[in-house]
Amino acid sequence: MTVPLLRMAGICKRFPGVIALDNVTLEVAGGEIVALAGENGAGKSTLMKILGGVYQPDAGSITIDGRDVAIHSVSDAIDLGIGFIHQELNVFDNLDVAENVFLGREPLWGAPFRLVDRQKIRSQTDVLLRRVGLSVPADTPLRKLSLAQRQMVEITKALSLNARLLIMDEPTSSLTLTETDRLIEVTKELRAQGVSIIYISHRLAEIEQLADRTVVLRDGRNAGILSRAEINHDAIVSLMVGRDLQHFYVPPETAGQTELVQVRNLRTKRYPAQPASFTVRKGEILGFAGLVGAGRSELAQTMFGVDRAVGGDIVLDNQPLKISSARDAIKHGVYLIPEDRRNTGLILELSIRENITLPDLPRYVRAGLVSREAEQKTANEMCDKLNVKRPSVGTRAANLSGGNQQKVVLAKWLSLNPKLLIFDEPTRGIDVGAKAEIYQLMRSLANEGVAIMMISSDMEEILGESDRVAVMHEGAITGILERAQCTEEAIMRLAVAVPEAA
Amino acid sequence: MRKELGIFALLVVLCIVVAILNPRFLAPANLQNMARLIGMYGIFSIGIGMVIITGGIDLSVGSVFALLGVILSIMLTQWALPGALAVLAVVAIASGLGLLHGLLVTRVRIQPFIVTLCGLLFYRGLARFIAGDETKGFGSAGGFEKLQHLATGSLFHVPMPFVLMIVIGAVMWVVLHRSVYGRYLFAVGRNEEAARYSGINSRRIIASAYVLSGLMAGIAGVVLAFYTNSISPSSHGSFYELYGIAAAVLGGCSLRGGEGSIIGIVIGAALLQVLQNLVNLLGIPSSLNFAVMGAVILIGVIADQVFERRAAKA
Repeated sequence: MTVPLLRMAGICKRFPGVIALDNVTLEVAGGEIVALAGENGAGKSTLMKILGGVYQPDAGSITIDGRDVAIHSVSDAIDLGIGFIHQELNVFDNLDVAENVFLGREPLWGAPFRLVDRQKIRSQTDVLLRRVGLSVPADTPLRKLSLAQRQMVEITKALSLNARLLIMDEPTSSLTLTETDRLIEVTKELRAQGVSIIYISHRLAEIEQLADRTVVLRDGRNAGILSRAEINHDAIVSLMVGRDLQHFYVPPETAGQTELVQVRNLRTKRYPAQPASFTVRKGEILGFAGLVGAGRSELAQTMFGVDRAVGGDIVLDNQPLKISSARDAIKHGVYLIPEDRRNTGLILELSIRENITLPDLPRYVRAGLVSREAEQKTANEMCDKLNVKRPSVGTRAANLSGGNQQKVVLAKWLSLNPKLLIFDEPTRGIDVGAKAEIYQLMRSLANEGVAIMMISSDMEEILGESDRVAVMHEGAITGILERAQCTEEAIMRLAVAVPEAA
Repeated sequence: MRKELGIFALLVVLCIVVAILNPRFLAPANLQNMARLIGMYGIFSIGIGMVIITGGIDLSVGSVFALLGVILSIMLTQWALPGALAVLAVVAIASGLGLLHGLLVTRVRIQPFIVTLCGLLFYRGLARFIAGDETKGFGSAGGFEKLQHLATGSLFHVPMPFVLMIVIGAVMWVVLHRSVYGRYLFAVGRNEEAARYSGINSRRIIASAYVLSGLMAGIAGVVLAFYTNSISPSSHGSFYELYGIAAAVLGGCSLRGGEGSIIGIVIGAALLQVLQNLVNLLGIPSSLNFAVMGAVILIGVIADQVFERRAAKA
């Protein structure tokens, strides 16, 4: 390699309590696809946010075409030809395709009135749309497009900015298989046109298909680089994990056998034609695997009563439950630790104390009034027990790290009397240390006899932590695997069970 | 607490300035009259404040006053109902209208602004129709002096409406700041979804705030009717909802919901009355009345923002 297009060297970034990046190096040549692999929390996103101008590095240098550059803002990155396709799309569904592509830099006409030159943005967008192979008119309202098509619009936008380097962060995480294939084709096509791509994905098969090189990060450091010939599933995984998995996850000791929860023909609003039946044993962690959109969260929300069930029964301790609101579920000891802890798990503007006591506030009433002392006492006990790092229990939940926020959500329920705990993506966006603590907590709760359902899109987590794994596909449970049968391949085969109609 | 202190300081400074510029401000008659108005406005402002804390708004209060005034007058003068019964009926009607608003907001899922805007139009029209567009009143108040005492009387020289407001304010303070229900109100106002995920019946809590607002409007409406003693259905209570909203916002309620306090709302209501009084006493043309109020509210909110930003930096 002569002069690489991009060279990031010695990049360090520290956040309160975590070293996110420690002396990381990354090179990308012109017209090359570099896959960036690593577990959640390995530092991939942080590294890319530095490249995209969102974060400033504490140390290290970035050169483009051999020249030192400083990227202080997102617009600096854009000026340098770096395009960022975020995992969560930044498009406006109330505007049309062309308006999205040219948002913020519309060509104008009719001088004093600053009118948008609609002809121009549409014709220019049409050209770019052909480049990414998206065959819709430029004036199609975005809300009429599928998620995959919207993603193409984002790519189109980056291309319209003359991006030479595209960062694609988990671009396929919400796509169906055919859409994924399509995206991979487009990515290869862009490479042929000379665009360099940094491709972040948890799906190793995609990396095998696409990458010219793979850079693996682990715990904020370079774990290794694989050349095209060396890229295969096992090589990536061993670099990614690199540590004793047994130690990190807490596998079951003796599997419980008594059935505590029976779910019979439960039908959710999202998939009313797909009844789901399964049992959860006392003291086990039942993993729920599947692709995004498989209906796992909907199942959890229906069991917790925040979504109304279309039909079916839930039996707990041989008692049929009537759950039509979260209130009912809570009364029976069925609790949900939701996926979106910042919007549904917690009320961020309230204090830790107020969040913890909210589900059972009447318990803290003395002489008709809420007793702050009683609340304080329980909140402190729970925070000590779960090791929540906090200035005080009066601290707003918004000011805690992701891991500590998740522990506060857990504290809400552990101060009550859990029988069935449903975790939805329990460790998403949580640093490695807090992750290990949450795994330990889950296991010790199971050992105390709580039945646990764990929805997770993190395959390592599913394999490492579950007693059994239920796999879902488009609302149906396609199989339940005992721990001994669980392999990534077995789970994936069930997760994509039905060939797609699309 | 800091927010209340800020607006309280503003109130004190304003009082001192007006008192220096025109000593008549401190005349017992002036103070008494002002306290009477503060009491009346304070009561319904508290109700509107509860709705604002849930993230909603209540625009219907002024028209509800007109409707209640007309009905009360008809009940007492034409039907000759016993005073207590008529008052109870009127307060019940107001609470019922609040419940209706609450159900439309939580069950039919119409935005609070729209629901209560329709209320504002509908009740005004209904009041004018029932009254035949004629001014209603209580005549020389023969037979219901006791009721009139609620509006125009005093207890140890303190005007009755002010006493009422203190009692209601104290009860509501406990309810909002010390009870389970109050905590739920704040939780629902901050994040209805997360409150629901914590097992709170968000819809019932939100609807109940509108009932409270209706109840407060009912009580204030009775006082207002006897205070004016003549109810012209096309103008009675007109704009009052905006005074209530202004008092709540000045007192620290956020229109986004989840923020506010009883003490703040009461101080806010008092501040508005002192401003009214200032316009009268300082010889400012009364046509500028609204302009002065608008300017002061704007300045108050801007000052609050500036302080907040400075506090956030420190």
